[in-house]
This record gives sequence, C-alpha cells and structure tokens, in this order.
Amino acid sequence: MLIKLPDDILSSEITPESIYQQRRRFIKGMALTAAGITTSALMSACNNQNGNASSSKTAPTQNAPVFDDLKSSEFNTDEELTKWEHAINYNNFVELGDGKTSPIKNADKLVTRPWSVSVEGEVDKPGTLDIEEILTQFDLEERIYRLRCIEAWSMVIPWVGFPLSLLLKRFQPTSKAKFVEFISIHDPKRLPGQRSDFPLVWPYVEGLRIDEAMHPLTILSIGMYGKVLPNQNGAPIRLVVPWKYGFKSSKSIVKIRFVEKQPLPSWVQAQPDEYGFYSNVNPLVPHPRWDQRTERRIGEFFKRDSMLFNGYAEQVASLYTGMDLGKNF
Amino acid sequence: MTKNDIFFKTLVFIACLLPLTFLITNFFLQKLGANPVETIIRDTGLWSLRFLMMTLCITPLRKLVGWQWGMKIRRMLGLYAFFYACLHFTAYLWFEEFFDFAAIWTDVMERPFITMGFITFVLMIPLAITSTHAMIKKLGGKRWQQLHRLVYLIAITSILHFWWMADSKGVLTTPIIYAVIIAILLLMRIFFLKKSSKFLGK
Repeated sequence: MLIKLPDDILSSEITPESIYQQRRRFIKGMALTAAGITTSALMSACNNQNGNASSSKTAPTQNAPVFDDLKSSEFNTDEELTKWEHAINYNNFVELGDGKTSPIKNADKLVTRPWSVSVEGEVDKPGTLDIEEILTQFDLEERIYRLRCIEAWSMVIPWVGFPLSLLLKRFQPTSKAKFVEFISIHDPKRLPGQRSDFPLVWPYVEGLRIDEAMHPLTILSIGMYGKVLPNQNGAPIRLVVPWKYGFKSSKSIVKIRFVEKQPLPSWVQAQPDEYGFYSNVNPLVPHPRWDQRTERRIGEFFKRDSMLFNGYAEQVASLYTGMDLGKNF
Repeated sequence: MTKNDIFFKTLVFIACLLPLTFLITNFFLQKLGANPVETIIRDTGLWSLRFLMMTLCITPLRKLVGWQWGMKIRRMLGLYAFFYACLHFTAYLWFEEFFDFAAIWTDVMERPFITMGFITFVLMIPLAITSTHAMIKKLGGKRWQQLHRLVYLIAITSILHFWWMADSKGVLTTPIIYAVIIAILLLMRIFFLKKSSKFLGK
C-alpha cells in the first residue's frame, strides 16, 4: 500500500529508513507512538494554557506510519483510496465542532491517554480494558471499506483494526444480551461541541443488534492508512460498520454495554423522523431533506449511484430477511 | 452619468465579481476542500442572499442616513443577487443532480427547502427581466414598483429556503443571523410606511 507523507514534514523529522526497517513489529512502533502522543498531548495542554495551540508539534508523530505486516482481509475493496488529507480534513465529529473542518481544528481538545473501555451490562464477566491492552492483544488487520455518510458523500478508507466480536466474546454476553450499546467520550470541559447548544444529548450513544455487532464486517478501528487513528477520526478507538451510514460508527468509545432492549441512539433521540436505529445504507429510503439514491465520492466531481447496504448486501442482507427496510430505516 | 458615476459603478461591478473569482481560482488551486461541489453550491447561494440583503439596505440608508449614492447601484446589486442565484441553481441542476429531471421534480415537490429555493428563483426572474429603463417605461412607474415589491416576498422565501435546509445536523446559527437581518430590513419598511401614511394623513 502506498502511504503518502504530507509534504509539510521537514525531512529531518522523517524517521531514517534504517531505523524504520527495524520496526518490523507494530508493537514496538505502537509503544513509541503512544509515548509520543502522551508527550505531545501534555505539551499541547501546557501550551494551550499559554494560549498557543501546538497541533504542528503533534503532527509528525501522528503521521508516522506505525503499522506494517497487517493481515489483509477478504472483505477489502480494491477501489481507489480517498486521499489521506481529505479523510482527516472532512469529518463529522460533533464533539469537536459542527462544521466539516471543525474537528481537525479542535483535534487537540480530545485527550486520548489515559484511555480505557469498560464492558458491562448483560455479561458474565464485566470488566475494563486499557487502550494499551487493546492495542497489543488483538491481531490487527487492514480493512479497506467504503464509508457512506447519511449526508450523501462517501470515502474509501483503509482502517486498521480487528473484529468487534473478538473483543465482545471475551466478556461472555448472557442470553439476555440482545443489543450492544456504544457510549463515546463525555468531556464537556475540553470538547467544545459538548458545551455548545448543539441539539444532541451527550454522551454520544449508538447501538447495534447483537448479530450486527458480532458480524465479521463490524470492526473496532485504532488506525487508518497504516497510521494511528487521528483524533478527528475518533481516536483512540472507534467502531466501523461499513454497511450502515457513518454516524452509526461511534467514535472515541469509552463504554460498551450489552442490553436487552433496543438502545436509543443520540441522533434517533434528537430527530426521530430523520434518523433510524438501523440506518442501513439504502438508496430507496430517502432522507426527508435529500435523496439517498446517489452519493458524492470524495475526490470525484459528479455523483455516483449508492448501493443497498453500501455494497455489502452479499454479506449482510440475510440479517434483515423479512424486515420492512422502509419502516425499519 | 458623470465620470465619477461611471468610475463608481465600474468599481462596484468588479467588486461584485470577486466572490465568483475566488471560487473559480480556489477550485483550480484545489482549495475548496474535500467536497468542492458542496462549497460551490453553498457559496453561490449565500452570496445571492447577501446581495439580496445589500439591495434591501439601499432604501433604509437613503431614508435614515441620507445616502443617495446607493440608488445608483441598487439595480446592479439586485441583478447580482439574481446572477449568483442562477449559478446556485445551475450548480444544483448540473453538479448535484446531473440534469436528472425526475429526481429534481421529486426534490421540488417533496423537500420543503428545495420547494422554497425553487419558488425564490422563479420569483426573481420577472424582476430581473423588468430591471431595464425600457421596461420601467413600458410598465409605468407605479406598476413597475408594485411588481418589484415582490422582493420582500423573495427575501422571506429565500430565508425559509436557508432555514429549512439547515445542515444535516440541524444547526441553525447562521440561518438565524441572516433571518434577523432580513427581519430588521423588512420591519423598517413597515415603519417607513406608517410614517409616510401619517405624514399624508396630516
């Protein structure tokens, strides 16, 4: 895979080839990066108190490719990847502001270390996993997926992650676990979007049916383009459910709950006529304010046709046999 | 027209083309962001609304501050509002829908914000057509004026278009600011009307 380095990095900041070659195992790389991020997060926190943001200081660390020898996946699409610069500049992550370019501007407001994910609810073995444990205990794969936003644009992103089911099974869900609820970070002191009068109730909540959560396409992602997940893309750990609209793929997750009743996702609570629990990509079910039959692939000028289940019908259509997809949108 | 007038109007004419120039330049420099079409559609729409608001400022400025010069550029500003509305509408038809008239019809009939946008555009057409001196003469000053009161309705429909579009997340901050300005500009008309009818009454 070709990983382009942004051209704003000084050549002196790029790791020499010889050293890079020694980092064959991602774990070493991860340890370095994690330390780097912690340091730069602290640095930017200090600098912020003096009134200077220092996002430029964190950039080289975050841009360094750290994952290699990733397992490839049978689910990968061979479509052209979205440019890295677009994938990190055009985001919906309301916690970091409501415009498309606000998340990158406010990226340093999200503090990703220390971080842990607690798993609770209808499980035999509730518990908490530290992010460092998550990063080292799962076999990482590259998953190149289409990402379709409910706003009718799309991207192709090479995620780094592992199937969500591998993590969920560790906690031994009980027979009452019919749904899985994902709760994202709640930090109104730092996150500007959680202080504003934005019409969402915080923290951000999403949910999947248990069979959707256990599906092999559903992953937890900790990186993209071979690099650590940038903050504006949902660092340090996010969900990726490629056959559903992007907002179903919760960012910056801190809690996973197994529940018996269908969870009430934040967007469904805020605008029930526009957002549904399932939110499967479906060109035939229009959003009240726009058509879903077409989408603009970021990087292309004209729109292209959208696909049922975002092109993953072969893998997931059986989950919804007999269901009225218009009613259960 | 005096030499100064010509100079002034030329200057305004060029200034009004700046937003379009920026859009075109930035498009070719690839500086319109990850979704250039979205930027083009939003920017041209917003500039149409801004020119409409500037047009509506001319009379209050004349009556309250005594600035007469505004009258010299009122028609030009109004036509620029129409010009940017044309770009906005064309960008939607071409870049967004690729002239899929069935999809466009569904949009106009079923999506209130697009219905309002369409109405706004249609209402602007007669005003643009009758903007020449020859048309004023042909219609007669009074009828012309009555027709051009449509601009108040256009102000309302265009703000509804903007408001109902919101964005996908339902953030209304910007539409509210524009709505407040439009509301002030329209309320001033009622104020002027009351004042002049009082004056006539005496």
